[in-house]
Amino acid sequence: MAIMLKLDDINVFYGAIHAIKGISLEVDQGEIVTLIGANGAGKSTTLRTVSGLLKPKTGTISFEDKTISGQPAHKIVEYGISQVPEGRRIFANMTVMENLELGAYIRTDKNGIKSDLERVFKHFPRLAERKKQEAGTLSGGEQQMLAMGRALMSSPRLLLLDEPSMGLAPLLIKEIFEIIKDINKAGTTILLVEQNANMALSIANRAYVLETGKITLSGDAKELSASEDVRKAYLGG
Amino acid sequence: MSSLRKTDLKAIVISLIVFAVLQGLISSEALDPFWQLNIIVICINIIMSVSLNLINGYTGQFSLGHAGFMAIGAYTGAVLSVNFHMPFIVGLITAFVTAAIIGCLIGLPTMRLSGDYLAIATLGLGEIIRIVIMNVNYVGGAAGFMGIPKSTNFAWAFFVMLFVVFFIKNYVNSSFGRACVAIRENEIAAEAMGVNTTKYKVLAFTVGAGFAGVAGCLFAHTFYIVHPSSFTFLSSFNYLIMVVMGGMGSITGSIAGAFILTTISALLSDWPELRMSIYAVVLIALMFYRPQGLFGNIEITSLPIFKRFKGGK
Repeated sequence: MAIMLKLDDINVFYGAIHAIKGISLEVDQGEIVTLIGANGAGKSTTLRTVSGLLKPKTGTISFEDKTISGQPAHKIVEYGISQVPEGRRIFANMTVMENLELGAYIRTDKNGIKSDLERVFKHFPRLAERKKQEAGTLSGGEQQMLAMGRALMSSPRLLLLDEPSMGLAPLLIKEIFEIIKDINKAGTTILLVEQNANMALSIANRAYVLETGKITLSGDAKELSASEDVRKAYLGG
Repeated sequence: MSSLRKTDLKAIVISLIVFAVLQGLISSEALDPFWQLNIIVICINIIMSVSLNLINGYTGQFSLGHAGFMAIGAYTGAVLSVNFHMPFIVGLITAFVTAAIIGCLIGLPTMRLSGDYLAIATLGLGEIIRIVIMNVNYVGGAAGFMGIPKSTNFAWAFFVMLFVVFFIKNYVNSSFGRACVAIRENEIAAEAMGVNTTKYKVLAFTVGAGFAGVAGCLFAHTFYIVHPSSFTFLSSFNYLIMVVMGGMGSITGSIAGAFILTTISALLSDWPELRMSIYAVVLIALMFYRPQGLFGNIEITSLPIFKRFKGGK
């Protein structure tokens, strides 16, 4: 399969703090790849570097054979990468519909937007019911759905998901992960950052384990979830 | 879309009626000169508050230097009229362009700041503009610039105001406005949606500054004299109060805020010490009972009662 996203020896700093220390990873077209690891391992930082919200000090990121590292975030959306930021960050005072419309901000193809809107409502029927509701009044799970739906509205080929399970009830987490699987089946490649390693490994094809800014393990998701080390460190025995 | 144009048309008709009534009152001298002047000041303040609302209310960038851009417009217009004998309209347009260019130059570095830092930076830059003007002898320095023709009459003030209000209304209802509101609501999410946040922030700041310049030009040609002390940060603050009072993100709110506060200060002009106290009490009460401002972020024209009254659907 074709390599879609490639990080090559990325180093990211927060001021003097060396947060990402030489990470290299690949995401193939059609895959779900997950980054797991403890708090502060650099998972979200890696994702934010891909989406352009952070700039790597050294190293290159390429997407579909084009170098995208160093480009501003709004340009990276145009390449076909869309991010669901950590903590959802929906536009609280706008309606659900307006949030989704903003997701398609960079697009001008009216028919494409319309069919993507239908696609989003098929994945998230609850958003269709609440079209005219103010987004800030949605429940946490619905807000997560809205953030994902909004990201899909730019018709991305690669979707970056940052902690989609954060603050959600176990049943809702299951539902969200089922939808992530569906979105992937419909043809969107997914890079998933998740604390809930069990859930993430259960839907992913491959996984990278991060520890204090470095990749310590990588491989097939099923093999990793069976491995003794990973079980002990991240899966609770 | 066509319903939007219909409301536009109705708003224009209503504005023309308001204009005709007020112009009638002025021509028949039913209004004394003090109130004739105040009606013009209300128009100027509406331009100031609506343009500041674009920056503070819609884009969420807390600017405290709006009077500085007004000063640029006022002095540009004054110099063109007095030293170059240009027609008034040329002064208005040049005032817009000059204030917009300086707004853009100031916006480019400051719009990368956020929250408190931006407020402090714009406050400082507004003062810098005033102090620079105060030290330029060509425009009269601290003594002020005198002998400006009194070109601003009610018709000029009213129709320029109407133009600015409609321009900004269309701006905020366009995709530009959508981008501005997205930035206000959540800048990181806006950036992640593909909105070039720096560009739209600087653009809103530039347009807002330009119209403050237009208001300044009208102001200069109302009072015969312009003086640096008219453009201190206290007056920037005054315009901010109008915006906050009317509701951040509501154009009709800004109009109401400018109208109410200008009228209050005109009514209380005989008791200047009382004026500021009443101002303060009104503001405290407002923050207690209606922190989102009189209109919040809603336009009065979008209320159902207004629509029924207009017979629209």
